[in-house]
Amino acid sequence: MSSALLDVAMVATMLLVGAAALGVVLTSDPVRQAIVLAAYGLLLGVLFLLWQAPDVAMAQLAVGSVIVPLIVVLTIVTTARETRRPRDRPGSEGD
Amino acid sequence: MLELLPYLLSGWVFLVGCVGLVRSRNLVHAVVCLAVTQSATYILLVAIGYARGGTAPVFGDIAPTETVVDPVVQALTLTDVVVGSTVTALLLALTIQVAKQHRTIDPDEIGSLEEESKE
Amino acid sequence: MPRLRVALTVVGVAGVASLLLAAFLDLPDFGSVPHPYGARAVEAALDQQTANAVSSVMFDQRGMDTLGEEFILFTAAVGAMLLLRRLADETEADRLDAHHLGAGVFEAVRLVGMLMFPITLLVGAYVVVHGQVSPGGGFQGGVILASGLHVAYLAGDIPVLRRLRSLTAVDVAEAVAASGFVAVGLVAMAAGSAFLENVLPKGRLTDLLSGGTVPLLNVVTGVEVTAALVLLVGKFLEQGLLTGAAHEDSDA
Repeated sequence: MSSALLDVAMVATMLLVGAAALGVVLTSDPVRQAIVLAAYGLLLGVLFLLWQAPDVAMAQLAVGSVIVPLIVVLTIVTTARETRRPRDRPGSEGD
Repeated sequence: MLELLPYLLSGWVFLVGCVGLVRSRNLVHAVVCLAVTQSATYILLVAIGYARGGTAPVFGDIAPTETVVDPVVQALTLTDVVVGSTVTALLLALTIQVAKQHRTIDPDEIGSLEEESKE
Repeated sequence: MPRLRVALTVVGVAGVASLLLAAFLDLPDFGSVPHPYGARAVEAALDQQTANAVSSVMFDQRGMDTLGEEFILFTAAVGAMLLLRRLADETEADRLDAHHLGAGVFEAVRLVGMLMFPITLLVGAYVVVHGQVSPGGGFQGGVILASGLHVAYLAGDIPVLRRLRSLTAVDVAEAVAASGFVAVGLVAMAAGSAFLENVLPKGRLTDLLSGGTVPLLNVVTGVEVTAALVLLVGKFLEQGLLTGAAHEDSDA
């Protein structure tokens, strides 16, 4: 990749990453936020690749776009179920 | 100005994550904002290691005398990424516990732990 | 939002932003070449016949740090198992019901998942084993393997999930791998050098088995990272899907 093209790609990706970070924070619905987080992780991986860090890009892609959004969605499912349940378990809180 | 852009990006992502954390109405949203804040450090570390005209520090198919970027900060960031995700996972496990105990995940509604135990 | 909170946030953000800007103006230019520590690390990696300088730094030059960070992963998995254990009155569905899991998955997703599952596992194993020669290594390959196993979940593949449910085997594998890392370090001590010193024959640059202890540590770390992440996500899966299932049935 020629140096000028690489510079342009870097600047474009940096601007996209900044916009995606803002997007993650401004999305209030947690499920949508998990998806935007996956996109942010992907863009971050591309940025690390452009900065000649393939090892970091690999780890970031797998972790930030697959594992963390998966855990976030599972947490949302669990908390949605738990907050819907009425307070009907008097003696079970202390464990 | 363009020389500073990577560092400014890191500062921007950090502050955006912090503001999101403060404005958050939902603990899961807050944990995700914290994850974004953590990623600002990855950006800063990898940006510092970059060398113009350099390539990835892997000599599988290039001569050992080529210019490469700094491998030390990449090693730091690599483990940082994996460990940061486990911190996020533990925070989410704590959020599940909060949901089970207090039946809400709105940080403003939860109140202090002392009030809860008096009930 | 209460006014005090807004005011504090604005002051805090402004303060941190100005400090950060002052610091960034003092940093060396982006892309400037003299990286003194980096140059010495690359030299040392080439001396140890490890083609991937990042793997050399992680497992050879700074092996103790990687040991510590691997144990952070281990502790996080243990912590999640503690935090997400079943409370006294929560019941677990006795069988993984195909109705609960496979029901809502589109055919296209199922097909792509079935295809990607073996490919991802293969790529993950390749990345782990080739960590010292090409970009990759224990951590990266481990997270790819863990992601691959959960592609099976996303595709609604019940038999894989049933096997993943026996988290005891995964737990044991994780503990064995974590102690494996320490064992490699102790082997170095038995051979008369310091803990985690690179005592195995180094081989030639770009060979698969080059770099001494680095290939061994790569494999051990790969197993440990995969097991830790499978445990972590497995506890969340249990909480999300199984622990509530019987309860919802009894409510209906």
